[in-house]
Amino acid sequence: MKIHLPNSAFLGNLDPFLRGFDPRNLDDLEISANKKWISFHPVVLSMIAAVGLNVKPEKINCEKFEARSGHYAERMGLFKILGIKSGISIIEHESAGRFIPLTQIKNSKELTEFISEMTPLLHLDSRNAETIKYIVSELVRNVLEHSDSKNGAILSAQYHKKSNTIRIGIADTGVGIKKTINVSHFAGSDLEAIRLALVPGITGTTKREGGTEYNAGAGLFFIKSIASVNRNFFLIYSGSALYKLLKRKQVLKPKLHADPFKDRHSEENDLPYWQGTVVGIDISLDKTGEFSGLLDLIRDTYAKAIRERKKAKYKEAKFI
Amino acid sequence: MKIIKLFKKTGNFAENKDLARNIRIKEIIPEFEEGKGIILDFEGIDAVTQSFIHALISDLFRKYNNNVLDRLMFKSCNDTIKKIINIVIEYMQERE
Repeated sequence: MKIHLPNSAFLGNLDPFLRGFDPRNLDDLEISANKKWISFHPVVLSMIAAVGLNVKPEKINCEKFEARSGHYAERMGLFKILGIKSGISIIEHESAGRFIPLTQIKNSKELTEFISEMTPLLHLDSRNAETIKYIVSELVRNVLEHSDSKNGAILSAQYHKKSNTIRIGIADTGVGIKKTINVSHFAGSDLEAIRLALVPGITGTTKREGGTEYNAGAGLFFIKSIASVNRNFFLIYSGSALYKLLKRKQVLKPKLHADPFKDRHSEENDLPYWQGTVVGIDISLDKTGEFSGLLDLIRDTYAKAIRERKKAKYKEAKFI
Repeated sequence: MKIIKLFKKTGNFAENKDLARNIRIKEIIPEFEEGKGIILDFEGIDAVTQSFIHALISDLFRKYNNNVLDRLMFKSCNDTIKKIINIVIEYMQERE
């Protein structure tokens, strides 16, 4: 496998980075980087760590990052989690208030412990903490329950002061969304599988409306809705497909869509194959106060989606 | 009615679905099977996830139909928790 870090890779311009990913030769990993400057979203780090954990450290060839900004990868724990040396020396700072370094979460207990510890790491007030904890809990539980990934979920996050935004990246190298969804539904492509996974009330665990006693098929819809109302980026990359919720214009009454393709978005269906699932999201902290109003919107959209699906199954009278 | 104080089990952020399922199976359903009711007390809890509430109560709608709401009460919920409970209750009632 080969991964090249370009000078910039954030959710808005991540596509070139993804196109540069070479998934061939699963036993080796080559990591290279732009020589002058590298600046990237935590989702990039989570992806590199996720694939790197499947490769023996001696089979990882990481060229020395010459750009001064390469220190970021060291500080976020990339080389530590991969078990390799970076050749970069940094002065360790207390991480509180800035970022969550790469963290591997393999079970429910580790997730609960992580969530209780993450708030001080990001120095969040209680209102913002609720939203971030909500997102992390739902996304990581999705990985633990559906991905069948031996390495669990790889997560990292960073607070960006200028935009007052928390950037979160979660990656796994499990079975991917298409395989999970196709247990109970039919998705002919990775993109269609992502679409179904984002529709409220659809879960790979059952065809039944309302889900199972354990899964509702609502988690990703909630997360996409938080990003939509906050006017932030949100993306899912699985198999060959990418769905990216784009920033929308500010409106007085934001509208949610049960069908993610009706949201302002971009999509790709021929990217290098990612065995597993990647989720990236940005959350603007000054807008999370809208969470309560968001729940009203979710309630309306969710109920409407179920009614429409039920109606679609109705048989019609034959007038002859 | 038996009162189940959730905070002792979940802390101030209730997100662990395994815990929710255990509470349902071990504490709620046995009371319901005896024809009794339950009060779920959210005092001290600041936030819940939809997944937690789903794992806690959704199966009760399948076992006891929508009448479950005559025997299941929610105490000391803040507005956000109330809204998430209402979302789950609504889609479980809409499903049939």
